[in-house]
Amino acid sequence: MRDCEVIKHSEEEDLTMAKKTAAKTKTAAKKTAAKPAAKAALTPWEIVQIARHAERPNISDYIELMCEDFVELHGDRLFGDDRGMIGGFATIGGEKVMLIGHRKGRGVEENIEANFGMASPEGYRKAKRLMTLAAKYKLPVVSLVDTPGAYPGSEAEARGQAEAIAHNLEFMSTLKTPIVVVVTGEGGSGGALGIAVGDRILMLQNAVYSVISPEGCASILWRDGTKASLAAEALKITAESLKGLGVIDAIIPEPKGGAHTDKKLAVEAVKKAIVSEIVALKKIGLTELVDARYAKFAAMGRFA
Amino acid sequence: MAWFEKATETPLRVPTEAVWTVCPSCKAYIEKAAWKAADKVCPRCNFHDRMGCRERVALLTDAGSFTELNPEVSFNDPLSFKDPSGEAYRDKAQAAVQKTGVGESVLTGTATIEKIPVVLSIMDFKFLGGSLGSGTGERILLAAEKALELKRPLIIATASGGARMHEGIISLMQMAKTCAAIARLKEAGLPYIALLTDPTTGGVSASYAMVGDLNIAEPKALIGFAGRRVIEQTIKQKLPDDFQTAEYTLSHGFIDHIVQRKELKAFIAKVLRYAGF
Repeated sequence: MRDCEVIKHSEEEDLTMAKKTAAKTKTAAKKTAAKPAAKAALTPWEIVQIARHAERPNISDYIELMCEDFVELHGDRLFGDDRGMIGGFATIGGEKVMLIGHRKGRGVEENIEANFGMASPEGYRKAKRLMTLAAKYKLPVVSLVDTPGAYPGSEAEARGQAEAIAHNLEFMSTLKTPIVVVVTGEGGSGGALGIAVGDRILMLQNAVYSVISPEGCASILWRDGTKASLAAEALKITAESLKGLGVIDAIIPEPKGGAHTDKKLAVEAVKKAIVSEIVALKKIGLTELVDARYAKFAAMGRFA
Repeated sequence: MAWFEKATETPLRVPTEAVWTVCPSCKAYIEKAAWKAADKVCPRCNFHDRMGCRERVALLTDAGSFTELNPEVSFNDPLSFKDPSGEAYRDKAQAAVQKTGVGESVLTGTATIEKIPVVLSIMDFKFLGGSLGSGTGERILLAAEKALELKRPLIIATASGGARMHEGIISLMQMAKTCAAIARLKEAGLPYIALLTDPTTGGVSASYAMVGDLNIAEPKALIGFAGRRVIEQTIKQKLPDDFQTAEYTLSHGFIDHIVQRKELKAFIAKVLRYAGF
């Protein structure tokens, strides 16, 4: 069984391969070289490199490998069609859903079109429009999160990046349909959260989710961008840390060395997790579901 | 000793700082008493200086009507965050509590505005840049729940650089948490007014600041999502001076009204009466 393979592979092998992956980027290479005792678990900074890996499965891979059917729906009906955020009707393991997610491209051309997964206000508004449809047609929402952050450009400001994200937060908190969120790669701050309010928040083993990039934190807080690896540690952005903080519900294991080493296997594990969450959530009454979602977020950061 | 040396030895000493406030914008010398009487608005250039949360409570509410909610909710340190220098976030936050006399970057409470009962949340930029910590989010959520319970309008005055990095992902989650509470309030048909003051950026602009039934702002307040420097680096262009001002935000359709500070209280009371209060 594939799924068993995902979980059962030897941890040591996993680490060795993942370390190799992480070492591909210069900074991570330095870090690895400086720590010859590489038997310890991956450092958060190494996990950041895996989460950002150019060959990591992106939303196109998930659509191709996880969905029996996908009907893309374009446009926010207000301004345009953001290619950094896509969505549409999808069938996953027999479950009809509304799939939305950030889109990172493969290669330069596609990435320019997708703006490297940095969505603009029209992307968040498109997602909101599709989620409205989802509730109307009684379809669960599946949201795949993978973005460095919302696009920080002057046009995005002019069209209300803050307003677009803010309204999604409010809207998703009361949406009367199940919402399953999977952080598949980079969960970049407000740009990630803008489609990440849900009943179940899952995260891939080597994904990261953070209030700010480690580079941003190091340069803003410590005025030294080279301290990014320290910031990655301090910010507690790995799946394991976030599970401990109660921000995510479950961790989806990745193949040896990271999701990019075996996309099919990686996507299969995500599919299995999504389907089982949807099946469970569909059994809950909508009022109870929305109340539980409120309680879930209200409890975040409450340390009595 | 020559006469010119003697002159420099005993300079004329005028204690200017005790008498004058220098307007941070036009640099005019304004008498301290006049500055205070004008609620920190420059009588020459109309610059609206930042206000502390207690000053703003006094500005907006009927005298003696304010009762603080949840003073027991204070900051948390979920990440045990330390700078590379070893300086702990916990100590910085504690210093902010000492400095401002408020337990978090927002002061919440019940009050009346021209006799209309409301629930208020007033942010204070002096508390760690008005950053959105878990205590901030919790206080705002509890204020919104109190407004729902008492069936009163909620007013939040924002003043914040955004999320509080020292609390990591927990800070980010406060954006969703506060918006969820506001959504419930709105579903119950209760008004929510967002008052945006200088500055309102980052995670605060992308959450409760931008979802008011009415979003109102003080003149020239900085309002935006990403920082100017980040945007300039992204687009590799200089941005115009008026970029991300309240006036810019209004002209792009995200603010209902820019209100002079001295008219704020009456303005809020007036719109609440339209809302049936």
